[in-house]
Amino acid sequence: MEEQLKGLQEEAVMKAAAAQDLKELNDIRVAYLGKKGPVTEVLKGMGKLSAEERPKMGALVNVVREAITKAIETKQASLESEAIQKQLAEEAIDVTLPGRPVKAGGPHPLTRITEEIEDLFIGMGYTVAEGPEVEQDYYNFEALNLPKGHPARDMQDTFYITPELLLRTHTSPVQVRTMLKHAGKGPVKIICPGKVYRRDSDDATHSHQFNQIEGLVVGENIRMSDLKGTLDVFAKKMFGEDREIRLRPSFFPFTEPSVEVDVSCMCGGKGCSICKGTGWIEVLGAGMVHPNVLEMAGFDSSVYSGFAFGMGQERIAMLKYGIDDIRHFYTNDLRFLQQFSVHE
Amino acid sequence: MFVSYKWLSEYVDIADQTPEELAEKITRAGIEVEGVELPASEMKGIVVGYVKTREQHPNADKLSKCLVDIGEEEPVQIICGAKNVDAGQYVAVAKTGAVLPGNFKIKRAKLRGEESNGMICSLSELGIESRLNPKEYAEGIFNFPTDVTPGEDALAALNRDDAILELSLTPNRSDALSMIGVAYEVAAILGRDVTLPEPSPAEADEQAANAVSIRIDAPEDNPVYVARVVKNVKIGPSPLWMQTLLMNAGIRPHNNVVDITNYVLMEYGQPLHAFDLDRVQTGEIVVRRAEQGEKFTTLDDAERTLSADQLVITNGQEPIALAGVMGGANSEVHEGTVNVLIESAYFDGQTVRTASKAHGLRSEASARFEKGVDPSRIEAACDRAAELMADLADGRVLSGRVTAGEYNPEPKRVSITLDRLNMRLGTDLQMGDVQDIFSRLKFKTEVNGDEITVTVPTRRGDITIPEDLTEEVARLYGYDHIPLTLPEGESLPGGLSPYQHGRRIVRRYLEGAGFTQAVTYSLTSEKRAVQFALEVRQPVALAMPMSEERAYLRESLLPHLVEAAAYNSARQTSSVALYETGSIYLNEGENVQPKEEERVSGIVTGLWQEHLWQGEKKAADFFAVKGVIEGLAARLGLMERLSFQKAAPEGFHPGRTASVLLDGQPVGVIGQLHPALAKEADLKEAYLFELKLDALLHAERKNLGYTPIPRFPSISRDIALVVDSTAEAALLEGIIKEAGGPLLMKVHLFDVYEGDKMEEGKKSVAFALTYMNPEKTLTDEEVTAVHEKVLAALKEKADADLRA
Ligand SMILES: [Zn+2]
Repeated sequence: MEEQLKGLQEEAVMKAAAAQDLKELNDIRVAYLGKKGPVTEVLKGMGKLSAEERPKMGALVNVVREAITKAIETKQASLESEAIQKQLAEEAIDVTLPGRPVKAGGPHPLTRITEEIEDLFIGMGYTVAEGPEVEQDYYNFEALNLPKGHPARDMQDTFYITPELLLRTHTSPVQVRTMLKHAGKGPVKIICPGKVYRRDSDDATHSHQFNQIEGLVVGENIRMSDLKGTLDVFAKKMFGEDREIRLRPSFFPFTEPSVEVDVSCMCGGKGCSICKGTGWIEVLGAGMVHPNVLEMAGFDSSVYSGFAFGMGQERIAMLKYGIDDIRHFYTNDLRFLQQFSVHE
Repeated sequence: MFVSYKWLSEYVDIADQTPEELAEKITRAGIEVEGVELPASEMKGIVVGYVKTREQHPNADKLSKCLVDIGEEEPVQIICGAKNVDAGQYVAVAKTGAVLPGNFKIKRAKLRGEESNGMICSLSELGIESRLNPKEYAEGIFNFPTDVTPGEDALAALNRDDAILELSLTPNRSDALSMIGVAYEVAAILGRDVTLPEPSPAEADEQAANAVSIRIDAPEDNPVYVARVVKNVKIGPSPLWMQTLLMNAGIRPHNNVVDITNYVLMEYGQPLHAFDLDRVQTGEIVVRRAEQGEKFTTLDDAERTLSADQLVITNGQEPIALAGVMGGANSEVHEGTVNVLIESAYFDGQTVRTASKAHGLRSEASARFEKGVDPSRIEAACDRAAELMADLADGRVLSGRVTAGEYNPEPKRVSITLDRLNMRLGTDLQMGDVQDIFSRLKFKTEVNGDEITVTVPTRRGDITIPEDLTEEVARLYGYDHIPLTLPEGESLPGGLSPYQHGRRIVRRYLEGAGFTQAVTYSLTSEKRAVQFALEVRQPVALAMPMSEERAYLRESLLPHLVEAAAYNSARQTSSVALYETGSIYLNEGENVQPKEEERVSGIVTGLWQEHLWQGEKKAADFFAVKGVIEGLAARLGLMERLSFQKAAPEGFHPGRTASVLLDGQPVGVIGQLHPALAKEADLKEAYLFELKLDALLHAERKNLGYTPIPRFPSISRDIALVVDSTAEAALLEGIIKEAGGPLLMKVHLFDVYEGDKMEEGKKSVAFALTYMNPEKTLTDEEVTAVHEKVLAALKEKADADLRA
């Protein structure tokens, strides 16, 4: 009997190992371990054994059962794994095929620049002020120390609608309107982005419509050095930490003193085509708010002082991205626009 | 303003400054030097030559064969094409091996069989623009006067070895419109003295006052008029040094008398005019306003019709000059002039500006009067011209000036405290530093405690208030020396307004939905101004447009977006999705600021989705764009309040367009571009939308609040309805929602079928209805009760049957 059991074990283990698939393996399980299988049969015959031999034989039967079960389980695991491998192999794809596109647009480069500058100044405590593009002569010129007939009005060729109404030539009228709203009480700290218009023929460097961001700070002790420090922060954040600024005296009717602000060129001062060999690029106009402008906007110029600055987004975008023709901004060629959808 | 380095060095010592160094210093101190021209640097090998003989070229009618002494052992043979070349002339010769501007090299050559060893040059070949050449040499070669030697450096003789600084002057710095003015500026920068000419013409016994009398009838326009009389002048060319310096300053030489007035104009900044005294006829000068419609021929031979706001110089009978702008043909100095009257006056800037604008005549003179000349130089300039006419034109200067009126404005006195100056600049200057800066500017100062009072010379009319003093100090102290600080005091929270924030959300949403942002022009044509507009008014027009295409302000963003889509489509980018946010302008009446409203608009054409290798391709259609708008409304928390209503506005496809409503109020339009217009623009099917961005962003909305996540299960029932094919889904949905009451949580349309299996004129519309009670688990009976009500309402109000 013992030999019969050993024989069964050997036979079952061999068959299990040779099984081709899960069904065959299951047949083997049923054949050897099922209710009608030979092992069960052996157990049934145990009644004929002596009381001494019975436990011994019982233990042997269990050993044989376990051995067969284990052989079947091992084989089953291996067959299952093979089946999965096979399925996975069949399911393989060419991962280099193109993905399903998700349509994504992006902001216009001028919006990118505008929002970047807005965020930079918001971080320094500025709010964003906006105003009408069709302005009264008073807000665009007179309140900015440019009375009618002033020769400096020629600096800005203007689209008039009527003698009193015009397309704003700068965003400065927003500064005036904001100061008036403050009714003589500081501090004022704003930046004013927006579209402006000048009577220019469109070419590679001129556009009758363009954008400006101006800044204005009015407070009780605002100094020229504050203007310099603020623009230094701006230049470094906008163009790079290694950039420097340089102030050159200039003239604007609404500021006194007035300066042009140059930012050091990315060539590091060696001189290149962008800076025309000078190492510096003209980027901003700025100055201390003219006392006449403060007074007309209701601020006591013996108590308050302020600084203002202005720049053009087109120029900054052209410098930053190396764009060679201002008309690109208004042609809306997708091959141009889509280059600015990328996060920098 | 062109500043000759050589000329400038007559007034201030700049010998230790290269032109480039000087330019950089001037720029950094406030007057931008746009460029430094060194004419001689692009030329070499140009000498004075003497034409010994000239004969006709044997084989060419238009060429001359010349033998030219160029200071070498043997004269050389040069073939010359200029008509005016002749024996006995001193000329500029580019020798063999010479280089002319543009890197033009002169080589030995054979011209029609005759050897040519160099080239005889015209002034323009030597880099002087032909508009500046003296008329007699403009068409041919230049002739030197006789005081030159063959072989000497022709460039030096022509002052071509000068450096010319081009100053770009801001309107406030008209003081630098003269050599003396620039000299003061340079002296302040370098801390040096200015050497001024001290004119004292030798006078004859004859009194000028006997030769001419002057009367001013318009003293507001002309407070002072000074004249001198110079008799027996010999008109001829001015000396070469004067002609060349004038050309370097950008002025064309004419004759000695005219050149002298221009020379003094450039030197002092005081415009002068020379009249032929005999042609004035009456010996009388009367300054008055012109009569309305009065006719006058200026020296450019153009007849002008004058108006009463213009000032004229007359001989007591008729105009002889348009004051400060241009002289008259009737009194012009010419070859035969013998006696000259020199005019040196102060004319009001606004009056000169009015006349120069009206006649389109801007000159060196008018530009200076417009900006205001220095009244303290009027007499000196007049004397200087008289002195030069005596020296260079053999004139006899009559005794005395003849003067009418008086104009001696007091120099302004401006004060500032040291404390305020330092506070405005953020500097820590001492009184001594400040005094030093003003003494460099040649301004007189008085110090009283902390306060400094500056007496500003009349040449610097731009300095009137303490801030102007601050600027003078800052620019000469140097902006580089001002420290970097940030504003002190109350700090403010920065940020965007809710509206500005909302606008950014709209932009990011649309970009995420596949739209690229466009920026188009606000100005457009009359036709486009009103096209597609949500609200049409008479468009706002420019008074003086530059073109018809940019003459009106837009009332919609769509026309230019259509144009942008067409532009891309014509360049092989057939799938386009563009959006724009921007203002439109609604006329509110004459002289009233238009109402500006912000719109967000878009255009889609071509493929909306495209995934080619898996065969997925979907053209843009109405529902693609509508889905975007609905998504935007959802993003803004306005989904439930937005509705769409069939509409047929002009420019859109009448069957595929809807107006967009917010709380029942129209806020926009969405639809297909009318096929006729699409064809016109060479576009395939295109879909447009335009929404009132301000209405969307200003709509009152609920504060965000948490609604508990439902704890009880919901029950879904699908219904397929058979309705008239014209029945609108929104109507059915409305009926369902109304009848469903509070237990109906969601209605979702999931199928529309119209076709063979349907009766003619009918369609099937299927909805999924979701019922839920947030308080407890719904029973089937409760749902059925409500659902029956819904079906009954659909039958009653829309004749909708359940599909079998
Ligand atoms: Zn560079």
